[in-house]
Amino acid sequence: MVILNSPISKKDVVKLKTGDTVHLNGIIVTARDVAHKYLIENRPKEYKRLLKNGVLYHCGPVVDRVGKKWIIAAAGPTTSIRQEPYTAEVIKEYGVSGIIGKGGMGDRTLNALKKYKAVYFHAIGGLAQVLAECVVDVKDVFMLKEFGSPEAMWILDVRDFPVTVTMDSHGNSLHKTMYERSGAILNSLITKGGL
Amino acid sequence: MNSKNLLNTFVELIRRTSSDLPVDVVSAIEKGLLTEKRDSIAHKTLQMILKNIDIAREKSLPMCQDTGTPVFYVNYPAKVSQIDIKKKINQAIKESVYKLYLRPNIVDTLTGKNLGDRTGPGYPVINFEEWKKDYIKVILMLKGGGCENVGTQYALPDSRVNAVRDLEGVRRCILDAVHKAQGRGCSPGILGVCIGGDRVSSYEESKRQLLRSLDDRNKNPVLGKLEQSIMRDANKLGIGPMGFGGRTTLLGVKIGSLCRIPPSYFVSVTYMCWAYRRRGFEYENEKVKRWLY
Ligand code: SF4
Repeated sequence: MVILNSPISKKDVVKLKTGDTVHLNGIIVTARDVAHKYLIENRPKEYKRLLKNGVLYHCGPVVDRVGKKWIIAAAGPTTSIRQEPYTAEVIKEYGVSGIIGKGGMGDRTLNALKKYKAVYFHAIGGLAQVLAECVVDVKDVFMLKEFGSPEAMWILDVRDFPVTVTMDSHGNSLHKTMYERSGAILNSLITKGGL
Repeated sequence: MNSKNLLNTFVELIRRTSSDLPVDVVSAIEKGLLTEKRDSIAHKTLQMILKNIDIAREKSLPMCQDTGTPVFYVNYPAKVSQIDIKKKINQAIKESVYKLYLRPNIVDTLTGKNLGDRTGPGYPVINFEEWKKDYIKVILMLKGGGCENVGTQYALPDSRVNAVRDLEGVRRCILDAVHKAQGRGCSPGILGVCIGGDRVSSYEESKRQLLRSLDDRNKNPVLGKLEQSIMRDANKLGIGPMGFGGRTTLLGVKIGSLCRIPPSYFVSVTYMCWAYRRRGFEYENEKVKRWLY
């Protein structure tokens, strides 16, 4: 298992390979559909420092307000492929080092990971409670009023946030490999017949 | 009808469903864990899922932040009003959002606006059926979006999967659906399948199959055999939890059939993620007779 601090240097990024399990420490920033659209259409400059070598998390958390503090009540990953139209550009423009989500992403993102040195981390889908417990602090929130709570950009400080590298900066995708391998098994099962 | 009691029962139903996975599902995941190699990604993933299930139960919080589409199945005696029940359900949803059992999960499709704690056409889904017994039975399923997206329907014959109108064709469709769903439906998953019907009734029945307990046996021996064969083969595909590789791809397969007209032959597949949230109750004389699952 690899332990990494976010922001993640490009030097550390290139050491990661698909199949590595990683525990992340430090700052991650949630971003879903509306935030991605905003990052590309408005290109807000003030986000550049925040996201440089940073980690984006595809997540719309359940958040509770206790006094003046925000508490993350549930925070699992959401399906990543919806961000495929934006992600390559986001990586390029903001210098992001990591994306956390579920289900993997397409070829455009895979190419961008290779070109700009970034990785895709897969979190376990549905793991809302385990992952919420990894959040030690909510540092800030952006665009809460404008986007609403699930779509807002939450700046989270995490400890031992468990993920698996499924797309690395060398052009490998575990999703692709698995799809092809299981496809071959499927074909042989079908030719054999089973009933 | 004492409205307060029934309302509270609905809120409690939602709390249990969202935070406490039924025992048949948990033991299926535990069984899967035993088949995976120690220290493999599959093993670690299932362990983490089981830990997540425990925390959610202890804290009474949603085990997954996508609390899904609430799908209700209500059987009721003639003296009970559907309108009353519907009102109670809508009120209970409002209260459950406030108590964090549900995420504000309803969006106006055209404007994209989140409607917060409200309800609207299509949310929740309520299936009513009058029956001869004199108590009410309610089952709630919280159906996640990620897994709903990978549900699919085949019209046989289907040349893409080389399927003609026989059970071997049906088998091919179902295995193809499992292959295509990989990585996207939060596996290990559970399939609800319907053979026959029209497009709508077929999908509806495939979802209804998920009300069966995972350890039950199909009453129809032909379908029972098909279920076992799919289970065996799907778990040979090597897809595993989350599609990271492993032996536990499916936790269960439930297949039903409906009559059809000669021109149509549908195979409909509803995919349910490991967060297979379903709970129910029977209600009589203003109180819960028993909790289901
Ligand atoms: S598919 Fe199920 S476990 Fe996965 S995110 Fe959706 S509701 Fe949660």
